Order: sequence, then C-alpha cells, then structure tokens
Amino acid sequence: MSAQGLLHPALERVETAEVGRAVLVRGARLVDPRSGLDREGDVLIRGGRIAELGESGALEAPDGAELVRGEGLTALPAFVDPHVHLRTPGREDEEDLDSGTRAASAGGYCAVIAMPNTEPVVDSAPVLGALRERARAEARIPTGFTAAITRGQAGQDLTEMAELADAGAFAFTDDGLPVRSAGVMRQALQYQKLAGRTLALHEEEPSLSRDGAMHEGAASAALGLAAIPSVSESSMVARDVLLARHEEGRIHVQHVSARESVEAIERGLADGVEVTAEASPHHLLLTEDHVRELDTHFKMNPPLRSEDDRQALIDGLRSGTLSCVATDHAPHSPEEKEQPFELAPMGVTGLETAFSALYTDLVEPGVLDLGLLVERMTSGGEPFGLEIPRIEPGAPANLCLVDLGAEWEVGEGGYESRSANCAFAGRRLRGRVRLTVAGGQVAYRERSFAVGAVR
Amino acid sequence: MNRHLLSVDDLSREDIERLLDRAASFAEVSGREIKKVPTLRGRTVINVFYESSTRTSSSFELAAKRLSADLVSIKAQGSAVDKGESLKDTVQTLSAYDPAAIVIRSPHAGAAALVARWSAASVINAGDGKHEHPTQALLDLYALRRRVGPLEGLKLWIVGDVMHSRVARSGILAFSRMGCEVTVCGPPTLIPRGIESLGCRVRYTLDDLAEADVVYALRMQSERMEGSFVPSLREYAARYQIDGRRLGAGQLLMHPGPVNRGVELAAEVIDSPQALIVEQVESGVVVRMAVLYELLAGGGGGSGAGERRAASPLGETTEPQPA
Repeated sequence: MSAQGLLHPALERVETAEVGRAVLVRGARLVDPRSGLDREGDVLIRGGRIAELGESGALEAPDGAELVRGEGLTALPAFVDPHVHLRTPGREDEEDLDSGTRAASAGGYCAVIAMPNTEPVVDSAPVLGALRERARAEARIPTGFTAAITRGQAGQDLTEMAELADAGAFAFTDDGLPVRSAGVMRQALQYQKLAGRTLALHEEEPSLSRDGAMHEGAASAALGLAAIPSVSESSMVARDVLLARHEEGRIHVQHVSARESVEAIERGLADGVEVTAEASPHHLLLTEDHVRELDTHFKMNPPLRSEDDRQALIDGLRSGTLSCVATDHAPHSPEEKEQPFELAPMGVTGLETAFSALYTDLVEPGVLDLGLLVERMTSGGEPFGLEIPRIEPGAPANLCLVDLGAEWEVGEGGYESRSANCAFAGRRLRGRVRLTVAGGQVAYRERSFAVGAVR
Repeated sequence: MNRHLLSVDDLSREDIERLLDRAASFAEVSGREIKKVPTLRGRTVINVFYESSTRTSSSFELAAKRLSADLVSIKAQGSAVDKGESLKDTVQTLSAYDPAAIVIRSPHAGAAALVARWSAASVINAGDGKHEHPTQALLDLYALRRRVGPLEGLKLWIVGDVMHSRVARSGILAFSRMGCEVTVCGPPTLIPRGIESLGCRVRYTLDDLAEADVVYALRMQSERMEGSFVPSLREYAARYQIDGRRLGAGQLLMHPGPVNRGVELAAEVIDSPQALIVEQVESGVVVRMAVLYELLAGGGGGSGAGERRAASPLGETTEPQPA
C-alpha cells in the first residue's frame, strides 16, 4: 500500500521523495486522547508510520532522519476535515488543490474531503477520475473527493452512484443545496444499499429559507434582511433522520447550526439510526450578533444563529451527538465578498484557523478540554471509512506539532489559502501549528520553525 | 454627532434635538423669496440613487442647492452601474471629485456603511434596502413636533408591512429615542420575528388602536401579494386600512408616501385635518438641509475632504435660533 493510502486507499496526493523519510520529534508533549496518552517524550516516524514512542531524549535518530526539536510543543494526532471546498475544477482563482491542501496542512490537517459543487459538478466518473489524477499532481496532503447525489445537483435524478463509488467517491452529497424532494432522498437511501458510501446532507428547506441572507431573529429584524429560520434546517434534519430510519440508511448531517437540529439527531440516535453530524468552528464560536455590522465575512449558509443555538452545538459536540468538527472551508474572491451583504456569496474560509479558534475560545476558558477537542477534530473521516489518526506505534504517521502558548493574529502574514474571506480575520488567537506530518511525510513547516536534518 | 448619518441608532436624543432645531431655523430661510444661504459654497454633494425615488432625491437636491453646494445627481439607469460597475468602483470613481458628502439610496442593507468605508466623504443614508431611512424618521419627528410640541410620552402605532419597511425600522428607533411608546401592528406574516428587540410592542389587530395618539400607516406594496404575505389586498384593507371609522377625532395620521388610496388609507382620512402627510413632505427639505449642515459645517466635525467651517448657516444672522 502506498503511503497516501495509509488512512484510505482512495485518498490522493503528490508523492515526493520525502515520503518514508524518517523524522524524530524530540521532547514534545505527546497527547492522544483515545489512549489517554499525555506525557513528554520522543516520537520516531519511519516508513510512513509511527515507529516508536520513547522517553524524552531516549530515541536515537536514524541516519538521514529529520530531527525536530519538540520542546515546548504539543504533538497531537493530525486533524481530518470532512467538509472543504477546494473550488477545483472551475474556480481555481479562489482555491486550487495545492493552495487548499497547503491551507489545510497549515491548520494541522492530515486529510480533507472535498465537496463536489464545482464547475462542472462532480457527478460522473470521468470528472471524478480527472480530479483524482490532478490531486496526485497537486495535493499536499491526502485528499478525498465526494460526488453529487443528483445530476448537476439539480435535485431530480440520481447520479450513477455505484459507478462513482467504484471510481473512488468518498461519499455522496449535494452540499450547497438540499435534496429538496423527499422522494429523491428516499431513492438515494435505497440505492445506498447498492452503492454504499454515506450520504452527507446539506439540510435546508428552500421554501422556508427563500432569499434569506442571515438567521431569522432579533438581528435580522433590526437589519431588515430576509432571514433563514432555524426550522428551515431542523425540519429537513428530522425528515432525513426518519427516511434513514425507514430505509436503514446511513447519513451524515453537514454543518449543523440549530438547537432543534441537534435534538432531531439525538432522537435519531436514540432510535438506532446510523447518523453522524458535524459542526463548524464558526457556528460553535460566533452568533447572529456578529452580522449586525453587515460584514460579509460573517455571511455563510447555514447562517450564524443565536447564542442558545451556539450553546446547543457546544453541548452536542461534548456529548458526541455532533461527532466531528468540519470547517466548511469556502473560499471566495474579494470582488465577490466586497459587496453589500445581500449580494455577497455565502461561505468563509476556516482551515488555517479551526484549531486555534476553538482552542482559544473553548479550551482555554475551560468550556471543553483539549482531549475532547482533539477527538472531534480527528474523527471527521470516520463517517466515510477513514481510519482515525493516532499517536501510537504502528499507526500511520499523521500528527501535528502545536505551540499552544503562541499568540498570533489571523491574516497578519497572509493566508496559505488563495482566498482571505476568513471569519476570524484580525482576531488574536492562541495555539499555532508549527509542523504537520500527513500520510507519513512532513506536509507543512511554519516559516519561523527551524528544523534540522541529522548529518 | 458622527460624521456620517447611516442609522438612527448613531444619533443621541441631543443630536436629534439639535437637528430638529436646526431644521426649524432653516424653515425661516424657506419662507424667504430667495431661499438660498451660502453655507456650503464651493463644496460638492453627490446624490447616488440606485432605486427610483421622487421625494427623497428631489428634497436632497433642493437641500444641497439651498445651501449653495455644487450638486451632482446620479441615477442607476444610464450610469456606469448599468454597465456592471461594482458599488466599490463607483464610489472610488466619485471620490475622485472630492465630494464633501455622498447621499446614497440602495436596494441593499448596509450599502451606505460600505460607502462610508470606501470614501473620505460624509455619507448620508437615504435608504438602504429594508434596513433604515434615517432622514425620513427625522422629518417625521420634525413634522410631528411642529404640530404637537414635545413628543415625550406620545403613543405611536405603526401599521402595515413592517417587515419590508425601512421607514418602520428607523421610525421605531427614532420615536422611541424621543420618548414615544411605539407599537407595531400588521398581519403576522409581515411582522418580522424579533422586532420587539428594537423597543416596540407588537399587535396583530387594530382592536386597541384607540389608545394611539398618532397612527403611522405604512405603504402596502402590491408586489407583496406575490409572496403570499397576505391573501389579498381586499382582506388586507378590511383588517388594516385606516379609515374615518377607525381614526378617532383626537388622533393624528402620518404616512411616508406615496399613498395607495383605498389600500392602507381611505380617502377621507388622507385629506382630513388630522393628516400630517403634506407637512411630512414639506419637512423633507429643511430636515435634509439640517443634516447636511450638521455633518458638513456644524459642530459635529466634518469629513476632512474639503473641510471648511461655515461662517453662518443663515447668511446674515450668526446663529440659528431654535423654533
């Protein structure tokens, strides 16, 4: 098995000479919440895997190994993002596979799963095949691709899901749009018995969202903006949980934003439905009140909701009802975002800030502990059959080194992403990723972070 | 006062009092044969209207001219906007003329605030989407104060399509800031969820309308029928039209215009002495003169662009006297 296949054989990325090169991280705090690991020590990576853990200074670097000084840093299993928009093919001016995966690696991610709402839509095996081939030439970390549930994401006819699954589709999703018809959704769940793969769902009832630009509540009333009520999302979550139950299907609810949606998922789990769900850093940390200045960096779909919704998401993340964090990284060009709020497109970037923002606003104040955050940031591939990154001997080498004490301002040195529409732009955050190892190879080194090879 | 007028929320009660007093002093100028003062001579005011408007655009034009400003009026039709120029590029182009003020009307909330960010001029919001229309609220206050004196404690009912009304939003903020008790009333489909947070009560029927000192009817736009917000104009009029039966003898009536006769208002109340509708229109020019004066020449600080203190707003007199 090639190194990029360590998490899953359908993940693609550039293979360089660095794959398989040994790396010794010395004297870092090693944390892996799933095994209760939390101590200082050395990690030796060899042949794309974690070869050995040892006491600080105990491990010897093999010849040609890269030696990383880990003192003062924390080694975490690297993160997996099940929901990113890499804008390829079609809008490479906003993001391409190289820049998007560079942004991901800078955020501590070792794998990402890209959405199919590109131009053209990924709804046929040839488009998917071309994209995977391109990823082998451009992607810096292992990247998976999803395919649409319906042709052209038009919500009417199913794609050739079985063929797409064979061609390496990680999951099926019409992300960006809901599957409006309950009948089509039911057929997709029925066809899942043949095609396999999880259905990842953007939940929204268009007749309730209408032309809404933000959450319906006090802020939208004051601003006079057409608004999207929470029930637009929660009613569809409830519908699809019931359909999945009826068809014994498997669904993953994307970017949950409302309390009632969390409750609908909870009821589904209690009924034994196979449902997982994700929450984004912006929905976990920001609310409708951020929209009051009409800054388009706070315009996304689903919209930022109320403080009560935000608390429900945090509780859901803690309990596991929301099984993972996903950024919904959505790059947009400055011309598109520098418009009146109602005209600007929905979506914000998030790969480079996800961990730091959540660490600063939830872990440091004691709302969540570091271990729980790491669990939710590493489990994003689980609904799609990806192995969870671990720090233990024999596991594929997927880890990031974070300076938890480092403070930085978002955007101060630009972004690795091609786009700058970050919801946390200008915020001072704590916790900076210094190095990311993805699929056995060093994928990212922060510029200021010196590393040296053993002679 | 702020150097822009983007929202009523930016104004303190004292700011509003000062603007109304200033408008009253300009009313004296409007009574003269030559209705012009030299206050803004040599300074440029640009009106940019991305939506059609009669009252607001013409009264801003008159206000600027009566203050002797150089005036440029741009309408979306036939301009570079028609050719796909972005708001940002339009503003940057216009800024090259070094305007002291830009007056903007846009179909989009927050457009005036964006212009303020992109230009060194003082920016006046002449209506941004369904968000705010602060000079309308000021002229409403002015017209009402002229009729009844102090506004403190007055009960005001705003009736109609609150959801799609920037007049309602600025009105709720302005009237409550002046100490009025504001109630909004209309069909539940046209009252936005959460509107109480602006400081008003919500009613869905006119049953308690008798408590109002002032009834402020909103324009009911026929395009709202398409969205099924109300089943028919007939049913709307039956439930919410202000007519001679519903409007008590002691109650005053306001409306931002243009009126849909027979829909939100019955003919008999439009022309009644209780109506302030004509006075509202009359107030438009002096209130907008006051706004331009306070932002560009008053004590509230200027734009930095072509900054100059005016000697006297009225030409020969030194300070305007409160009415």
